[in-house]
Parts: sequence; structure tokens; C-alpha cells
Amino acid sequence: MASETSPARISIYDAAAANRWRTVLLVVAFTAIIALLGYFVGEYFYPGGGLAVLPFALALSLGSAFTSYFAGDRIVLAQSQARELAPNEETELHNVVETLAIGLGIPVPKLYVIEDSAPNAFATGRDPLHASVVVTRGLIDKMDRTELEGVIAHELSHVGNRDIRVMLLVTILVGTVALLADWMWRSMFWGRGRGRDRGGGNAIIAVVAIVLAILTPIIATLIQLAVSRQREYLADASGALLTRYPPGLASALRKIAADREVLEVANKATASLYIANPLKDAPTFLDHLFDTHPPIEERIKRLEAM
Amino acid sequence: MEIVVLIVIVAAIALFFVATYNRLVTLRQRVKEAWADIDVQLKRRHDLIPNLVETVKGYATHESTVFQNVTQARAAAVAAGASASPQERAQAENMLTTALRSVFAVAENYPQLQAVQEFKDLSENLTATEDKIAFARRFYNGNVRDYNTSLQTFPTNVFAGMLGFGPEQYFELAEATEREVPQVKF
Repeated sequence: MASETSPARISIYDAAAANRWRTVLLVVAFTAIIALLGYFVGEYFYPGGGLAVLPFALALSLGSAFTSYFAGDRIVLAQSQARELAPNEETELHNVVETLAIGLGIPVPKLYVIEDSAPNAFATGRDPLHASVVVTRGLIDKMDRTELEGVIAHELSHVGNRDIRVMLLVTILVGTVALLADWMWRSMFWGRGRGRDRGGGNAIIAVVAIVLAILTPIIATLIQLAVSRQREYLADASGALLTRYPPGLASALRKIAADREVLEVANKATASLYIANPLKDAPTFLDHLFDTHPPIEERIKRLEAM
Repeated sequence: MEIVVLIVIVAAIALFFVATYNRLVTLRQRVKEAWADIDVQLKRRHDLIPNLVETVKGYATHESTVFQNVTQARAAAVAAGASASPQERAQAENMLTTALRSVFAVAENYPQLQAVQEFKDLSENLTATEDKIAFARRFYNGNVRDYNTSLQTFPTNVFAGMLGFGPEQYFELAEATEREVPQVKF
């Protein structure tokens, strides 16, 4: 995570260009993973049939990539039970969002609220023209003006950096891989796999298929987490640069960390979108490997050092 | 053989010129877009002021010089908005800010006025607009800095003038409470 160039020196134009490449890379990588998985499933069930499965696997991965690109934000918003705020509701919040969007040089995103008292927020969409910022009722109620500015600046940085597109694609592609692997795993146990009756080369294929079924979702998740943790630091930094007031976001993060309430509408897939982990799940020994967010204490420390 | 070397060198120079030219055009375009953001907010401020003056006038009938000043300053700022350079505009806007402050200072002497909903809405709107101007200005100045830096570094500075690129002006407003840029280290 240590980087030579300080991220604050990177304009949103540079960050956006980097994320454009990251998007392409992600789609290619996930298409390859899904194709590989599909190929071995095919071989496993029907020796020599792997190539026949390939077009379906490709169609599935590209299909889910397209879906997440064009409709992913609507899916996430519906799943989170977010409601769009009318222009005359929460005028102070509207003002904060408009002002900071001007400071970042992006169009004003749509504003949504989740009626839940756990304070949290996220941003989603495919580009700044199709972006939405979502806050919970708890955030509006519990934060003062500078804290609200800190949180909104963090979210708008995600929009300006085009992080939102990468996050959306990752969320849905990881979901697809997990679904596929799960489905494959089940059918191996209960399945009508014909390959099992035969010996020889099929044993190898069976082993490869099983290993893939175990490993791909783990690898996919690790990619998601690694990418998302780094991005949070970057968005903290560029958000602080936007408001010129790092203590605002630091204090907001402290409040969010101290709040023990769980955000009911968040789930494992959408957790990485939020500004701080909304699940508050109990730490395990694999804790740091599977964290969607960098530890809040570390983020606060970095903000205070600015 | 020499011909090939010559062609390669000429092509490399041409490519370099094209890339530099395109980069400068992009950066200058960003400055123009950022300027449009400031322009929108300044116009919004100009539009709010006549209403404010009318509202305050209704209560503070004996303060005609203050109203005259702000009306004049607004007219000057609007006129500057039509053609003037960022520097001249900033000057006109600074005059307007000072005049506006005296209107609010006058308004403070009239408690009844403070209770009027229209006055509250107007002053809230004006404060929000000033905030937006401050942020739009920051974004604009950031883009000007990027463009000017690009323009003035070697080797671009040698031929940028020939291609018709000149430095852009910063938009400087007199602001007492400008926050410092935080130092970000990773």
C-alpha cells in the first residue's frame, strides 16, 4: 500500500484514466476465470465437452459484466432499499453535495437515503453522469456539518476517480464467480457426472475441477478486497484535499466506528461499497485478509497526519 | 540509410508536436470548463442580490447609501462578467462582497427583519452560493495551475507560444478564511 507518489498529487483525471485500465483488466480477468471454470466443468461432466461449454461461460461472464455496467447501480440501490431524496428534502445535505461536486468539477450526483439509524454512506453508478450518492438516516442525524462534508467528499472522490464503476463491476462479477463455483460444487457432490465412471485422464481433470471450484471464489474475493482497501485510503486522501479539512472525515469515521448498530440492508456483496464496513462482523483469525476496509484506526491516523 | 534515419527523426519530432499540442488543448479545455462553473455561480449571486436589497429596504428605510453601493457594485460585477478578464472580474466581485457585507451589517440592526422567512431564505441561499463560488474557484485555479505548469516547463515553453498557447489567469478572491492545503503522505 505504500506508494512513492502521494495520491493527493494525482488529479481526478489521472485516477480516472488508471481506473479505465483497471476496468478492462478486471473484465478480462474475470472472463478468463469464468471461462476456465466453465471449461473444466464441461470436461468433468462430459469428457471432451469442455469446449462446448466455453461459449456459454463467455456469454455468462460478458452478460453479467454488461448487466453490472448498465443496471448495476439500480440493482444495488433497490437491494439497499434506498429512496431518492426530493430537492426540497434535506436542503443542507443537498447543498453539501452540490458544493463539493463543484469543487471536484463533476456533475451533481443523485442523492438517496436509506431509512436506517446506523450511520453509513456509499456511492455507485457507472460514471459521474450516472452517479448516485447514498446516505443513511443515521448519518444525517448523527453527523455535524464538517463531518458530513468529510463523508460526502470521500464518496464524491469515488465518483470522480471512476472508482464506482470498478467497484460495481467487481461486486457483481465476484458474485457471478461465487454463484458458479457454488453451483459446480453442489453438482459434483450430487451430480450426474459421467466422468467419474472412467479412469485415467479424467481423474486429473476431476482434481483440477475440484481445486478450481474451491480456489476461484477465494481468489476472486481476495482481488475484490485488495482493490477495495487501497481505494479507501485514496478516497480519504482526495476527500480531505477537497474539503481542506481532514479532521472532519476523521471525526466522522470515529463516530461511525463507535456506533455498534448493524446496517440491516447491507450484505457481503455490497459491504465493500460503503465508507466503513456496515456488517460489524466479529473478527476472525483471517480478519485482515478478508477485511473489505482498512482498519478505521489506521485511516484516522493517516487523516490526522495530513 | 541516411534517408531512413532522417525520416525517423522527422516522424518522432512530428509525433512529439502532435502529442504536446493535444495535451495543451485538453488542459486548456479543462480550464474553460472550470471557468464556466464559476460563471454559473457568480450569475446566481447577481440574481439573488436585487431580491435581498428589496427585502431589507422594506425594513431599513434610512440606509439608502448602503443600498446604492451594493446596487452599483452589482452592476459593475455584471458588466465585468460580460467581457472582463478573470482578474478584473475578481476585483469587481470583491467590491460586491464588501458591499454585501455592509447590507448584512445593516440588517442586523433590525430584529424584525431577522424573523422574516424570505430574508432567512435569501441569506441562506447567498451563503450557499458563496460556498459554491469558493469551491468552483478552487477547482478552476487547480486546472489553471496544471495548464500553466505544462506550458512553462521545458521543452513545451520553447514553442507553446508559436502554437498559440498563452498562460491563463488565476481567479483570486479576497478570502479571510482560506484553509490550508493538507499535506498528504503515504
